[in-house]
Amino acid sequence: MDLTTTLTGFVALYIFMLAAFTGYEIIGRVPAILHTPLMSGSNFVHGIVVVGAMYALLNATSLVEQIIGFTGVLLGAGNAAGGYVVTERMLEMFKPSTKAAPGKANEGAK
Amino acid sequence: MRLQPQLIIDASYFTAAFLFIYGLKRMSSPLTARSGIVVAGVGMLVATLASFLYYFGVNEAAQAQLGTNVTLAAVALGLGTTWAWWSGKRVAMTAMPQMVALYNGMGGGAAAAIAAVELLRTSAVHQTVPLILAVLGAVIGSISLSGSLIAWAKLDGRINGTWRFSGQQILNGAVFLATLAIGAYIIFVADGHAHPGLVAAFFAGALIFGIFMTMPIGGADMPVVISLYNAFTGLAVGFEGYVLQNPALMIAGMVVGSAGTLLTLLMAKAMNRSVSNVIFSNFGASGDEQQGEIKGSQKPAEASDAAIQMRYANKVIIAPGYGLAVAQAQHKLYEFVKLLVDAGVEVKFAIHPVAGRMPGHMNVLLAEAGVPYDMIYDLEDINGEFKEADVAIVIGANDTVNPAARTNKSSPIYGMPILNVDQAKQVYVVKRGQGKGYSGVENELFFADNTNLVYGDAQKVMVAMIHAVKALEGGH
Repeated sequence: MDLTTTLTGFVALYIFMLAAFTGYEIIGRVPAILHTPLMSGSNFVHGIVVVGAMYALLNATSLVEQIIGFTGVLLGAGNAAGGYVVTERMLEMFKPSTKAAPGKANEGAK
Repeated sequence: MRLQPQLIIDASYFTAAFLFIYGLKRMSSPLTARSGIVVAGVGMLVATLASFLYYFGVNEAAQAQLGTNVTLAAVALGLGTTWAWWSGKRVAMTAMPQMVALYNGMGGGAAAAIAAVELLRTSAVHQTVPLILAVLGAVIGSISLSGSLIAWAKLDGRINGTWRFSGQQILNGAVFLATLAIGAYIIFVADGHAHPGLVAAFFAGALIFGIFMTMPIGGADMPVVISLYNAFTGLAVGFEGYVLQNPALMIAGMVVGSAGTLLTLLMAKAMNRSVSNVIFSNFGASGDEQQGEIKGSQKPAEASDAAIQMRYANKVIIAPGYGLAVAQAQHKLYEFVKLLVDAGVEVKFAIHPVAGRMPGHMNVLLAEAGVPYDMIYDLEDINGEFKEADVAIVIGANDTVNPAARTNKSSPIYGMPILNVDQAKQVYVVKRGQGKGYSGVENELFFADNTNLVYGDAQKVMVAMIHAVKALEGGH
């Protein structure tokens, strides 16, 4: 764990706090019609865990670590890819009405 | 030599964190939502590809197996992505909640795996704070994994019924405390150098607790539970991000952790329950004992009569429930709505916050049928309009339109916000038979003077309604 950035103590707390508020603000303003896609979208975002699992796997030194790391990457990749596909499929279906007014307009024409 | 790959990794993670937040922000409006997920997807791709650069900076001990490890990582990535892509493409929209649960559980498992590697690395010198977070992340991630799997199996119909016995809470509590005790031992006594068997017991305890905790929860409450586990996985990822000193995991995890928590609270509120009530009580177990006497009778009506009345109405409000989607009637419903709109009727959809199997699920199911989202209204926005509606039609919904929630204090659903369909001049309820809703409560709406029931399969009823209106137009 010899990375150049050190995020310990209060620096880590600041990151956690600001990230928590960010998440709260983003969801707080979402209309209820998007709750399902957004839950799925946030599910996709925590798929970033795959990156941590890759770090663990690349640094594995024993068979046990390799097996656990492999499982971690497999599960994380499933989380990320699956979350992306289902979210994208759902959001693609949300379309505004292309003929919002014609219903009314036709009435006059009849 | 080492600095440059690390710099690229850091820059990629920073980019990913930015793209995640920006993407989620764009997802918060229907107009930009589609681009939002694509933006976040680019972030994921950048971060994942950059992570292969860890190749240049691994521990000396791991150098010998580096080739194997990189191959394993590539294979795992390929397999996981391919399977998830394939399964995600073919899942039906009605089955979306359990699929989200499954993917979410996998994320929790990945977080637990990171913790497991860390706790088994006995050669390393462990500090207390990262150890605490690794153990907490392990517990939360493991619960999320096994709990989500149970939620998936239940919603997918692979496990039926709930599993309850007396003393269950005590047993669950004991398992949970035992798990925490082993965790505390690993942190404070063994300093992260605990026997592998003990670490295994610790994970087993957390996994078993996740199963025990989820088994007694009924299908109607699953959405809240899935959302809770989504928040759990986020937290676990954030904690393991600290352990790995990885800011992308810390930020993404915590954003999801808080967003998921808020979403869980919103959902529980919409059901008029507290989150602890969902998890620790058995809803529906003590259902209909205190039923008041309901006056009136259920009056049947023909689908064609109802359709013609709606054709000549000024304003029609539709209150759909999950029953609509079960009957796969949403396409036919929209076809019928288009006929009404062409005839000059003002049609609106009223969506209860918990319609469907997770909040907003109904919107997804209607969107699948092509219903534009500007015809769809939330409970708060539409409830004042029922008074002006000539016809309100309820399809496959029950508890969410039960007036007892407003009036009957002894009702288990008392206090839950409902759609005020009973205030419309005429109410039609499309229903298979005379059954009760999830809560097991009889619905007095069905007995009201201005209510008629159209019995039958929702899809067949919609087809009959379409025919009735078309026959009318043809006869002109």
